[in-house]
Amino acid sequence: MISITVEILLISVFAGFIGSLLGLGGGIIITPALTLYLGIDIKYAIGASIVSVIATSSGSAIAYLKDKITNVRAGMFLEIATTTGALTGAFLAGVISTKYLYLTFGFLLLYSAGNMFRKRNQELPQEFPANPLAEKLKLNGSYCDRALAQQVDYHVTGIYSGFGMMYIAGVISGLLGIGSGIFKVMAMDSFMKLPMKVSTATSNFMIGVTAAASAGIYLSRGSIDPKIAAPVALGVLFGAGVGTKLMQRLKSTTLRLIFIPVLLYVSIEMIVKGVRL
Amino acid sequence: MSKDAADKKNIEDAEIIISKTLRAGVAISATITCVGLVLFILTGDSGYPGETFPTSVREIIKGLVVFKPYAVMLSGLLILMLTPVLRVGVSIVTFIKEKDYMYASITVTVFLILIISFLLGRG
Repeated sequence: MISITVEILLISVFAGFIGSLLGLGGGIIITPALTLYLGIDIKYAIGASIVSVIATSSGSAIAYLKDKITNVRAGMFLEIATTTGALTGAFLAGVISTKYLYLTFGFLLLYSAGNMFRKRNQELPQEFPANPLAEKLKLNGSYCDRALAQQVDYHVTGIYSGFGMMYIAGVISGLLGIGSGIFKVMAMDSFMKLPMKVSTATSNFMIGVTAAASAGIYLSRGSIDPKIAAPVALGVLFGAGVGTKLMQRLKSTTLRLIFIPVLLYVSIEMIVKGVRL
Repeated sequence: MSKDAADKKNIEDAEIIISKTLRAGVAISATITCVGLVLFILTGDSGYPGETFPTSVREIIKGLVVFKPYAVMLSGLLILMLTPVLRVGVSIVTFIKEKDYMYASITVTVFLILIISFLLGRG
């Protein structure tokens, strides 16, 4: 019993660490590790991954908020799109073929991996004309970048396309139940041109809110097995604590280099799933 | 203070309050979960027959009162699950306090949608 608990703890520390760095929930690590490596039933693995998402989000939001890396306004504004998207997704379940969803979004992620690879040397977004809507919504911000040892002022653009992408991220997570974190980071980084660190921190802030809405369902379905979920929560909280400290000292270009293989892995996994369905 | 500077200060205050609430929630949750887990490992008894465990808030509280390890662990997890909701709630209050009604209504909208999806999920 103790050895499994320790194994779950260690996996979760790693998941929390990667999740807090990249703005993902860690489900992409927790779910396969628990099912494939420890042979845990997928039902409990999914419950544990919901707990992992919330733990990553709340655990890393503490530090990111304090250091003003999270753009709370952008997060709250975009949360409207993700939550309505998730609702739409729940209604669309069974109407839309998941095969084509997996394929479409698998390729979209593959494309954005390429996009990110081209931007791999770009530390901060390039200058672009001020966006009046961003001004009106007070979305522009600034944060202290410890890796660059400077205050970074940034502007936000592509509000409509970013909002649209967030809605789609919500639909996908509602339909496929997979990490919408990756799509959130993509929307903020590629469409809205937020600095990479702000994108991952804000995504981290948002994923917990979305996951909490469905946590009650998983609890009543009996998916939250305490002997699995408790070490997951503790491990992820610890890992996220370490990850947030490191992330502030990493350059955005380094973060991108870690993000690209994860993006590739998830996109290929989605495409393979789509082909097999 | 200029309007811009006042706006900026307000945002910063809100962020500090949100981060403090989160920190408290996370610390309490982690402590309780940890106590439950240690209790479970030391006694080797979950407090529930076989592989079963509580699946509703009512059952969890019932078990917590008599200090059943699984119920203690789940109480900690429950608090963790509530931290994001708490975060949204605190944001609403801080935005209203700062007279930022645009963001107060945006956050209320998010809160309402979350409640709707929670209720739909139960049905």
